[in-house]
Amino acid sequence: MKYVMLIYQGTALERQAALPEEEQKQVYADYQGINQTPGVTPGLPMGLPENATTVRVDGGKTLTTDGPFVGMKEAVGGWFILEADDLDAAIEVAARVPAARYGGAVEIRPSEVYW
Amino acid sequence: MVATLEQVFREEWGRVLATLIGFLGDFDLAEEAAQEAFAMAADRWPRVGVPSNPRAWLMRTARNKATDRIRRDRTFATKFGLLVAADRAEVPMKTTTFPDERLELIFTCCHPALAVEAQVALTLRTLGGLSTDEIARAFLVPERTMAQRLVRAKRKIKAAGIPFRVPPVHLFRERLDAVLAVVYLIFNEGYGGRDELAAEAIWLGRALAEMLPHEPEAHGLLAMMLLHDSRREARFSDGELVLLGDQDRSRWNTEQIAAGRAELDHALALRGRGPYVLQAAIASLHAEVPCDWAQIAALYGELTHLTGSPVVELNRAIAIAETEGPEAGLRIVDQLGLNDFRYLHSTRAELLRRLGRTDEARDAYRRARQLTDDGAERRFLERRLTEVEGTTFSG
Repeated sequence: MKYVMLIYQGTALERQAALPEEEQKQVYADYQGINQTPGVTPGLPMGLPENATTVRVDGGKTLTTDGPFVGMKEAVGGWFILEADDLDAAIEVAARVPAARYGGAVEIRPSEVYW
Repeated sequence: MVATLEQVFREEWGRVLATLIGFLGDFDLAEEAAQEAFAMAADRWPRVGVPSNPRAWLMRTARNKATDRIRRDRTFATKFGLLVAADRAEVPMKTTTFPDERLELIFTCCHPALAVEAQVALTLRTLGGLSTDEIARAFLVPERTMAQRLVRAKRKIKAAGIPFRVPPVHLFRERLDAVLAVVYLIFNEGYGGRDELAAEAIWLGRALAEMLPHEPEAHGLLAMMLLHDSRREARFSDGELVLLGDQDRSRWNTEQIAAGRAELDHALALRGRGPYVLQAAIASLHAEVPCDWAQIAALYGELTHLTGSPVVELNRAIAIAETEGPEAGLRIVDQLGLNDFRYLHSTRAELLRRLGRTDEARDAYRRARQLTDDGAERRFLERRLTEVEGTTFSG
């Protein structure tokens, strides 16, 4: 069995930012610890949801909207890393993902380096 | 002198900024540098005179400002042992001719990965040269909200990798639609009386039509805006709304009607038959005396076919009512599922009133009034309602 692990931040980022420096360092160390655990293949750290772009395909037409895909019972079902020149190239690949045309969506999140 | 300066600034802001963004690859840096250059010009030019090539002066000054800033940042960064990719400033930039990159800029600002209100704000800020405060006031939001909207949009362009370019052929059509929609939206915001936004939209529309001479829809949009705007003075009398049929035609701007028709002719010569061209053709017919309602109805029919919009159907019903009588119009109106649309009820009310069905007309006017915010439109409905109630009262 393999699992894709997706982390939802909730209020964690704000709370971590308010921690004393020593405890913040511990948070980073804990993430590092997870990344170095045997069997874990680290994904890329995800940028903020506000920088996301959501792509849907309806009747062959690509619909692009600002922000993450928000649905009541939606959960991320998978992920992959794409190296592309720009957002337009990424949108084109996203629009080819079957889920995008069967009622789901692909969220494009730029990766970001935080440290 | 002051007017000349303002004109130069107005004309040059978008061009200078677009070129700087293309050169620097950074919206914020380009905007700060452009702002500094324009501020210097505002200070210097009235004293020493406008340089022979204002654009070159502004471009050179802004480029130098950006270079200074990057060097400063680099010194700062080096001091703290950080890596900064800032070599662009060292790339020589031609200082005699500059590419016009306003198209790249507007396509970037109207990228569908940005929220529509952000597209609108960015377009007005970067191409239109409006200040954040001016945009905030035009859209009735606090300046801070508008500033945040702009900052966030610029941040996303950078973070998400929205390209600074005119889209390739396979994306061009839909992206152009998005650009035209933003200009149209700005115009619509201004149609209710905020003249500066309508003027801004026309200015943007003209720039687009110039940059895209072979795109019928760009000319169609400009034509439509010019034609609608030509009746601005006549649409209101002492702040009160006046319907087309009752307008004082001497207050129509004939020069603007002629300019709109010239744009429409251009669009038609390009074999344009898209939504904006059709709407421009309809607006042109509206400006004729007498009005050819049969042709207007036919054009609305074509537009319904293109857009599938019930709002367009409602307009067709109004035209049909003019040619075939209110009953025929009403038959179309009553098939539309636009129950919360105030114009559906005001149109129904008007047609019922003409048919002498005053009780139903009164109910429809009331429903329309209920859906209309305070202002000229609401006062118009109230006047009509009083008239109808008077009719009912006297039997």
